Amino acid sequence: MNSRVVDTVVITAVILLAWQGLHLIVGETALPGPVPTLAYLVKFVPTARFAENAWATFLAFFYALMLSYALGLLLGLWMGAHRLSGAVGEPILISLYTLPKITLYPVILLIFGLTLPGRVTFGAMHGVLPVALMTMAAIRNIPPVYLRAARTLHLSPWQTVATVLTPATLPEVLSGLRIGLTLTLLGVLLAEMFASKQGMGYLIINAMQLLQTEEMLAVAIMLFIFAVAANALLLWLEHRLHRRA
Amino acid sequence: MSRVGWIRLAVVAIAVGALELACRTGLIDHRVVIPPSEMATALVRLLLSGQANDQIARTFGIVIVAVVIAVVLGFAFGVAIHAVPRVRQALEPLFATYYAVPIFIFYPVMIAIFGLSAAPIVLMGVANAIVVMIIATLNGLDRVPRVLTKVGRVHRMGRFSTALRLKLPAAAPHLFTGVKLAVSYGFIAVIASEFILAPAGLGRVISDAYTDFNNPRMYALMLLLVIVATVVNMVLHVFDQRWAERRGIGRL
Repeated sequence: MNSRVVDTVVITAVILLAWQGLHLIVGETALPGPVPTLAYLVKFVPTARFAENAWATFLAFFYALMLSYALGLLLGLWMGAHRLSGAVGEPILISLYTLPKITLYPVILLIFGLTLPGRVTFGAMHGVLPVALMTMAAIRNIPPVYLRAARTLHLSPWQTVATVLTPATLPEVLSGLRIGLTLTLLGVLLAEMFASKQGMGYLIINAMQLLQTEEMLAVAIMLFIFAVAANALLLWLEHRLHRRA
Repeated sequence: MSRVGWIRLAVVAIAVGALELACRTGLIDHRVVIPPSEMATALVRLLLSGQANDQIARTFGIVIVAVVIAVVLGFAFGVAIHAVPRVRQALEPLFATYYAVPIFIFYPVMIAIFGLSAAPIVLMGVANAIVVMIIATLNGLDRVPRVLTKVGRVHRMGRFSTALRLKLPAAAPHLFTGVKLAVSYGFIAVIASEFILAPAGLGRVISDAYTDFNNPRMYALMLLLVIVATVVNMVLHVFDQRWAERRGIGRL
């Protein structure tokens, strides 16, 4: 534990030093140093402008996440339980997964316009695939002996789901949910960066166009912290479940 | 082709057919989505006219440059990190969270530093692809059986020839998986960067066509990207499977 704290401190210090070094090379206008940026961040985060845009992003992210979890779990359940559907669908889902989905964003824009549902749909497009694929894999990987045991004990289908299937698949499903969260956030931010008048992605692009590099970096750092914290929380849950299993 | 393969083909064909039908009957507005057959003819016409060839070459050139840099550097870093377990232990949590961060939030920073040129796009491609290559290299080197080092010693091979003739072939399947992922990650990063902001390139042309309501051109180039991404990934996937099979046989 202690050496991990030291490692984190050392890595953070190396990143900050590299940032300062790059700042000295490229100059103040292109890349402000860590100290002025953090000072700006402390001033900027309490403002109403930040709050409004952070809330806009969070709203789109939350709806997109719920949508990708619901659709992904349903799809994964179906493809995991029904063997033929899984065999037919898996390669299709994998090729969609490797596709740069931003290519399709103009289609979403033509359908929804610059609205919240458009950003939600685009975010969900990113998140639904890993959730579905990993849920499917989790269900397929259940040792058959578990199901036989459930049958021997005369469990009802609901009892089987609640006491056998859910605990057996939970760690893997949770990994899917974690990757889904990451990609949903990426999707929502890409949507905001490409075309939007609000949200954190818009703030970054707007700051770049106005050459307000400090604001740009401050927003990026806030998003960075949010992503790392959410990921760490889910990773921690995952590790706990794995240890219990 | 297997039965499952035929069913899969049928599913895709029905989906495309349904889209075609929905567009033709006016269920989907022509201003929103054009029929797939029109996308295909627009693509063929665009390719024959050669109007977009420069942009296509530029984008795929950037992807190739970024992937080559990411694979070479990723492999080199992987070997170096593997040699020092203490450094690796320190970097492990960094690798675990790397892809949780939406890396494109740093693209505008790259533009501010390097200007609006191909350089920030290449960097985004490298940044997105290099870590999967490092992780794959570490995995591959972990899986080299201990016995191979002993074989090298028995045959009095030097460190270099042991690495080249025994360890590299043993780690190769994992390295190839890394290359496969690097291609797909690099491709995604380059296209997405071009969409957000770029002086030229396919992503830029598609987003311009969107702004100009030039649907035939937009859908033609989208179709091109979808086809290229799918074909490249399928080819790499087939090779990957074959390597994995050979590795399985090799272990016996």
